[in-house]
Amino acid sequence: MDRGVVIAGSGQAGFQAAASLRTSGYDGPITLVGEEIHLPYQRPPLSKGFLTGKQQAHHVTLRPAAFYADHRIELVAGERIVEIDRTRDEVKLSSGASISYGKLILALGASIRKLPVAGAELDGVCYLRTLDDSIEIKSRLAEASGIAVIGGGFIGLEIASAARALGKSVMVLETQPRLMARAVSPIVSGFYERLHRNHEVGLVFNARVSEISGEQIGAGRRVREIVLSDGTRIPADLVIAGIGVIPNSELARSAGLAVSNGIAVDEYLRTGDENIYAIGDCAEHPNHLTGERVRIESVQNAVDQAACVAAAIAGDAKPYREVPWFWTDQHNVKLQMAGLCTAHDRAAVRGNVESGKFSVFYFRDERLVAIDSINRPSDHMTGRRLLAGRTPLSPDQAADESVNLKALAQTS
Amino acid sequence: MEGAVQNGIDGILAECGGSCMCATCHVYVEEEFLARLNPIEEAEEEMLGCTAAQRKANSRLSCQIHVTAELDGLVVNLPPKQK
Repeated sequence: MDRGVVIAGSGQAGFQAAASLRTSGYDGPITLVGEEIHLPYQRPPLSKGFLTGKQQAHHVTLRPAAFYADHRIELVAGERIVEIDRTRDEVKLSSGASISYGKLILALGASIRKLPVAGAELDGVCYLRTLDDSIEIKSRLAEASGIAVIGGGFIGLEIASAARALGKSVMVLETQPRLMARAVSPIVSGFYERLHRNHEVGLVFNARVSEISGEQIGAGRRVREIVLSDGTRIPADLVIAGIGVIPNSELARSAGLAVSNGIAVDEYLRTGDENIYAIGDCAEHPNHLTGERVRIESVQNAVDQAACVAAAIAGDAKPYREVPWFWTDQHNVKLQMAGLCTAHDRAAVRGNVESGKFSVFYFRDERLVAIDSINRPSDHMTGRRLLAGRTPLSPDQAADESVNLKALAQTS
Repeated sequence: MEGAVQNGIDGILAECGGSCMCATCHVYVEEEFLARLNPIEEAEEEMLGCTAAQRKANSRLSCQIHVTAELDGLVVNLPPKQK
């Protein structure tokens, strides 16, 4: 008897796993368990259009309620899985109920990293991960007079862009000497630094927050200023921190599964237990392009890994080989990224940085490893194909606009 | 695009959720409606060059079609593949 598939986590990855199981022809029971009470939704708009008011809650919901009933997906919302019992192939919920599984897909996501400083618990210090967080921040943005964003990564910068779009003044505090240092090259950091300054976003680099101080407002204490390690004081009545997330590995660790930078899986996205998979933000997996183990926080990774596991469960197991891609939208300038550029030894620019339309091609050991494209979507799409096909490419070819990269990508 | 996704049309993937980033919401618009649609802007034009299925004269990315009352009765055909 098919004990069915239980999916732990109802975010992008969990939702996609359920949807893809049905499109792959899997006919057994599917139970999708998530701690949030909302129908599964997508996160990207929460730091963009949802904050500016351009999009509403129904724009972020992935499918209407009827979708789950129509596809025989049992949605268990507002419940946490507190234990995985691998001897009985059961998960135990916070309500006390148990659900047995034939296959278990861990799509547990990640949790926000909190500020490790005094004053972090003050009213007015916010984080952004969930729809509820975004609703809270949106309402506070309307009232705030001084906004400080801690963290110059994608989340912080998108929030800063939304604040400016709403006519609010905002400062971004970043510990590194440049923006998005974890993910992009100095060329791209520099472009975005100029873009943000042109939009009057205050930027402070090499900023270390030593404490957040507050003042008594009514019955509570609300943030009033941020103090940096060099003594600088930055007034703010709203502080939004975007300093990263931590994979939700505890459940897996407690169940005796290997955990490193997230829940460890092989190229088939399986944990050490043949009936348990892990996908999305929580999963550390081998990247076939670089040979390294990675954990990728992106919609593409969640969606493609979900589809891979669903196909495997439906009988068509293949190693996970998708090219990572990502995008960020700040002040309506879209950066699209393909591949992972963290370790590269050469970079070639295609197009013209000053024009605001250019791509940077990254190489390591003479192989193309990643492409960042700003306002050049066709470079991004071609880049994905070049990476997928492992097409040989030289930095000179990448920089030479007379070389037809699209045609080159099609030859592989 | 939103109408398709909310109403269970599997042939529209919309991987990027409508951000004009992925070209997986490609549709072929029935001729009689083509001129009534909002014009194609630069970002969509570039992404239309990247669709998995052949681009035709009546190709649009459905996430960029602004649906108004004038489009009532709009018919689009799905391409054989989105990826």
